[in-house]
Order: sequence, then structure tokens, then C-alpha cells
Amino acid sequence: MARNAKSLSRKRLHEMYRTMLRIRRFEERTDELFMAGQIKGAVHVSIGQEACSVGVCSTLNQDDAILTTHRGHGHSIAKGTRLPEMMAELLGRSTGLCKARGGSMHIADVSMGHYGAHSIVGANMPMAAGMGLAYQLEKKKQVAVVFFGDGASNQGSFHESMNMCAIWKLPVIFFCENNQYAVSFGVERSTAVQDISVRAQGYDAPGVTVDGMDVTAVYEATAEAVARARKGDGPSLIEAKTYRFFGHSRGDPQFGPYRTEAEVQKWRKRDPLIVAEKLLKMTKAEKEAHEAAIKKEMDDANRFAEESPKASLESALEDVYA
Amino acid sequence: MREILYRDAIIEALDEEMRRDESVFLLGEDIAEFGGSYKTTVGLFEKYGKERVRNTPISEQGIVGATLGAALMGMRPVAELMYIDFTGVAMDQIVNQVAKVRYMFGGKAKTALVLRTQGGAGRSSAAQHAQSLEAWFVHVPGLKVVMPSTAHDAKGLLKSAVRDDDPVMFIEHKLLYLEKGPVPEEDYTIPLGVAEVKREGRDITIVATSSMVGKSLAAADELEAEGISCEVVDPRTLFPLDRETILNSVKKTGRCLITHEAVQRCGWGAEIAATLAREAFDYLDAPIERVCGMETPVPFAPKLESHVIPDKDDVIAGVRAVISGL
Ligand SMILES: Cc1ncc(C[n+]2csc(CCOP(=O)(O)OP(=O)(O)O)c2C)c(N)n1
Ligand SMILES: [Mg+2]
Repeated sequence: MARNAKSLSRKRLHEMYRTMLRIRRFEERTDELFMAGQIKGAVHVSIGQEACSVGVCSTLNQDDAILTTHRGHGHSIAKGTRLPEMMAELLGRSTGLCKARGGSMHIADVSMGHYGAHSIVGANMPMAAGMGLAYQLEKKKQVAVVFFGDGASNQGSFHESMNMCAIWKLPVIFFCENNQYAVSFGVERSTAVQDISVRAQGYDAPGVTVDGMDVTAVYEATAEAVARARKGDGPSLIEAKTYRFFGHSRGDPQFGPYRTEAEVQKWRKRDPLIVAEKLLKMTKAEKEAHEAAIKKEMDDANRFAEESPKASLESALEDVYA
Repeated sequence: MREILYRDAIIEALDEEMRRDESVFLLGEDIAEFGGSYKTTVGLFEKYGKERVRNTPISEQGIVGATLGAALMGMRPVAELMYIDFTGVAMDQIVNQVAKVRYMFGGKAKTALVLRTQGGAGRSSAAQHAQSLEAWFVHVPGLKVVMPSTAHDAKGLLKSAVRDDDPVMFIEHKLLYLEKGPVPEEDYTIPLGVAEVKREGRDITIVATSSMVGKSLAAADELEAEGISCEVVDPRTLFPLDRETILNSVKKTGRCLITHEAVQRCGWGAEIAATLAREAFDYLDAPIERVCGMETPVPFAPKLESHVIPDKDDVIAGVRAVISGL
């Protein structure tokens, strides 16, 4: 965990903190706009899980690939997706990353190695295997990271993909954000094993569980898996124990029939931002500087989105075929 | 008569059937204390407990296979697949196992089960959460396919589906859940394979399914003012199909427009058009028209989404075109 973060300089850690804070503020803005009726559709914010996005993506190069899920804003930002075009997408503008056809659940930015948010739970994992296969066939040193949830780990696609990656030694990292719930279903009831990482044993791949609230722990574990993948030694499974502070989707309540307020509060004490601030012994001035820079970036993104025209009706019919 | 929500009609049907028959149980994602992602199982967990209202992991293939397995043992499981889009994950079980086991076993298998799901656009849910895929299932011999358009039909048809000895795909619509309609308090069922004339008319028959029924009735109201009298027929079950009611209506009006939210090509409407072309050829005064979803995935942005999905005005325009012979 924090102790292992030898390889991270203070400057680097500050950058990582900044990215986590950018995600937090973007998600808060998204939630506000959703509640105000400006963003439509299904929105799943990742507040509480920022250390996973940033810890993983900080180990990657621009030409490495990620695939994400319905809860993918954080991964997108950490991989370098620009906020203005992302906000424009959420607001249904023609300048949006997906020309207003994808929305929150389908953000993709291929130029940044971001191969999309996929909202069919579990669908992204076989794709990751195929991307790893292409890297291997073309003798490239790139890796693909696929993000998925505790819930997704119960889809057949997870098991099929892990096995394929293992038998072919593909450069793929399976990164499971175990945020304790799939909508309302607690992981201790949905899943036979306590640590999802143990499932790697069934595929003769390394599996580790890390503290998903500590960005340095996520970073260290991922860096190791990435190094292994680049060497041609095959896939790894990393499970990060984390928590979504907000409801599942569409402004759902933060607690309800399936979890208590006390539980949410307990996890909030280990907010990944607080954990990183403590680690950095961050001063008030440093924090304010981060906040100020982000506020401007957020406002600029919003302005860009709002000033962009809505997508045209004809555009709905484009790109169905090449 | 009292009026209740379409989603509450679903709950009532499940509740009554679970009370009546111990072998009926529910399984699906988030259907227990959460009450289902569209709130169609609220209160049932509290009433029947976790054995009979069973949360499943996110494993659609497993859900459908387990549903079939329990049915083979003589139970009457009702599974919920949260979105019809997710049937893609379970398609092998649905098409190759559920639909065919009875036939392949020489008729010696019990496959009394219901797969409840919901489809349709209208909530900006984008391409993987807004499809209308009913035609896939109508195409597979061995499956029955139901698409209720009102609270009344939802309750009566679901009760029949639970009691039916064949596998039934029961396809609800996400925008209809919050629509209210009259629903009798006493026990009733609506047989599978019986259409309903939702409105009588003289000049044209509109065959509409699911969400398009309400839009067609609204269109018929407006067209009445122009002196065009529309008959609206809701098949309610796409298979078995009540050809009789549709044919009789078209023979009477001499014109037909078919409308569904699903994309036009190879949609269920093509089957109806083909049936009419053969069985009602001599009665038709105009070509058969279809008003369906555009041939594209469903886009996210609300304006784009409503552009590709047919609405009341599209039905009106379609009817006018048929009547004026344009
Ligand atoms: C195949 C499929 N089944 C069900 C859903 C509905 N659904 C969306 S998110 C979700 C929960 C996912 O849980 P998890 O994988 O733990 O991710 P989290 O939401 O916790 O980030 C479910 C059931 C879906 N989108 N796709
Ligand atoms: Mg989860």
C-alpha cells in the first residue's frame, strides 16, 4: 500500500491527486446537471472510486488501451479524454465525443487509447482479449486494461476471457473494481468467494487484492501487472476493494433498502482524496491551487458544451455502416 | 373500475399467481428488496421471502438456463431479464434450449416458464438499452411472445403466461410502466393468441403493438376530426397470432397500416404484411404501409432518439398517405 509507493515522486503523486480531484469535480457536475434535467439518460457516477481510475491509468502509455463500463467517466478522464468533448457528449451536442449517439454509458476516445464504455455488463472483457491478441500477433509492446465490476465478474464472459488470455499469454490486465454492490446486490451474497482475485488461480494467472481507496496501492499492483504483460508473461487479475459513495444510477439515493447510511459513512472516511491528501501531507495552499485550476477547467468544459450546437437529426442515421 | 399503473398490474399478476400456485417463483437481478429496476416486483420479497423471490448474480445465461432447469423439474419459474437487450447474453439458452427441449425430447419435457423483460426507447438509454427485439423471438418455433399495451392486458396476459405450459417471452415497455388504466380487482385472465380491437373504424386498420397502440389511438382521435375513421387492432400476442381478427378488420376497411417501434426491416410487421398480401389481397384498396423504427441503432440524445422512433405524427402521416393513395 502507501508504503510501497517508492517509485512515485511527490510531483507525480500530486499529478495523480489532481486527476482524482478532476474526476470528483466532473462527476459532481454531472450529477448536478442530471438532477437539473440537463443531462438525460442513465448516468452512473464513480465518486469514491477515483483511486482505481487514476492508479491504473497512471501506469499506462497513451497507446495502451483501456475498455470500461457503464461507470466509466473516471477511467476516461484518467486515460486523458478531454473534458469539453466529454461534457458535450453528456449534453447531447454535435461536438460530443460520440456525436451525441453514445452518451454517458458509451464514452469512447480512440485517440487516447480509450476503446469505449460498454453498458452490457461483462461485454468488454472478450474484446480486451482480442485487443491483446492483436498486440501479440503484431509483436507490439502495448497492453490492454479492462475495467469491470464485482457484478461483472459473475458473467461467463469474464471466465471465458481470462482463460483465453491465459492460454495465449495475452497482454491483458483484468481490473475489477469491487465496490461491494451490483446495483442492490451485495457482493457477499452474489459471489461465492470473498476475494474475487482468487479466481485468477483457476486460470493460472496472478491475482491480487489491493486497497482501492489508496491510489499508490492501485498504481503499484497495476505497474507490476503491466510489466509482466509487456514481457509476454500473460494476463493478471487485480481486484481493488472500493466503494461507490453515490447511488447506483440516475441520481438513486446513496443508501436504501440494500445498504445503510452508517456503512456509507464508514467508507467515506477512507475517501481516496483524503487518503492521498494525508499521504502527501498536503497543505491548504496546495489543495486550493489544485481546486482553482480544476474549477477553471470545469467551467471551460461546460461553456464549450453549452455553446456547441445540438446534434442534427440527420446525424442519427450516420455511421451505421462504414 | 379502479385505475392502476401498468407496473402495478404486473406486480398484482405475479402476486396472485404466486399465491395460487406454490410452484411459481421469481428470479432475476435486483428483484428482491430492491423491487426490480423498474419496480415490477415491489413487495413480493417481503411477502414470499428470499426463496421464491430470488436475486441472481449478473449472469443472464445462467438465469435463463436455471429457469429452464427448474421448469423441467415441474416448477413454473418466472425470470426477469432487466432489459430485452440483455437477452443477447442468454440467447443460446433461449433459442437452442428453452425453445426446443420439448420438441427434441419427443414432447416429454415440461417447459412451463416465463421470461419477463422490457424493451423500447424513450429514456435516452442509448443503443444497448432501448431496442425492440421481439421479432427475434417470434422467429423461433417453440416460443410464445406477448407484448401488452395496457395495464389491463398486462395483468390478464401475464397470468395466462404463468399458467401456460409453453415458454413465453413476456415483453413489457419501459415507457408504459407509469401509465394508468382500468384493471378489475377480481381474478381474470386474457388468453394468449387473442387480439383486441382497441377502437372501431371504417376507413383503415392500424395494426399496432406495445407503445404504438396508445400513439395510434391518439392519432385516430386526431384523424377522426379530419373525417378519417381508423380501426386500431392490438394483437397483444405476436405468437400465437390472432390472424382472424386482423384479417376481418382489413377485409372490412380495405386498408392497413402496421406500426411498431422495432426497426422496419424484417420486423414483425413484415410477417403481417405478407399474411395480408396473401389472405386479404382481394380486399385491399391500397398498398400496405409500415410505420416503424428507423434502420439504425437507437441514439442517445433525446432529440435524435425521438427522431428514429415512430410517434403519433408519423402514424397520422402514414394514414394520410394510405388514404390519399400517395
Ligand atoms: C448484461 C447486463 N445485465 C444487466 C445489466 C444492468 N446493470 C447495469 S449496471 C449493473 C450492475 C453492475 O455491477 P458491477 O459490475 O459491480 O458494476 P458497478 O455498477 O458496481 O460499477 C447491472 C445489473 C446490464 N447493463 N447488462
Ligand atoms: Mg459493483
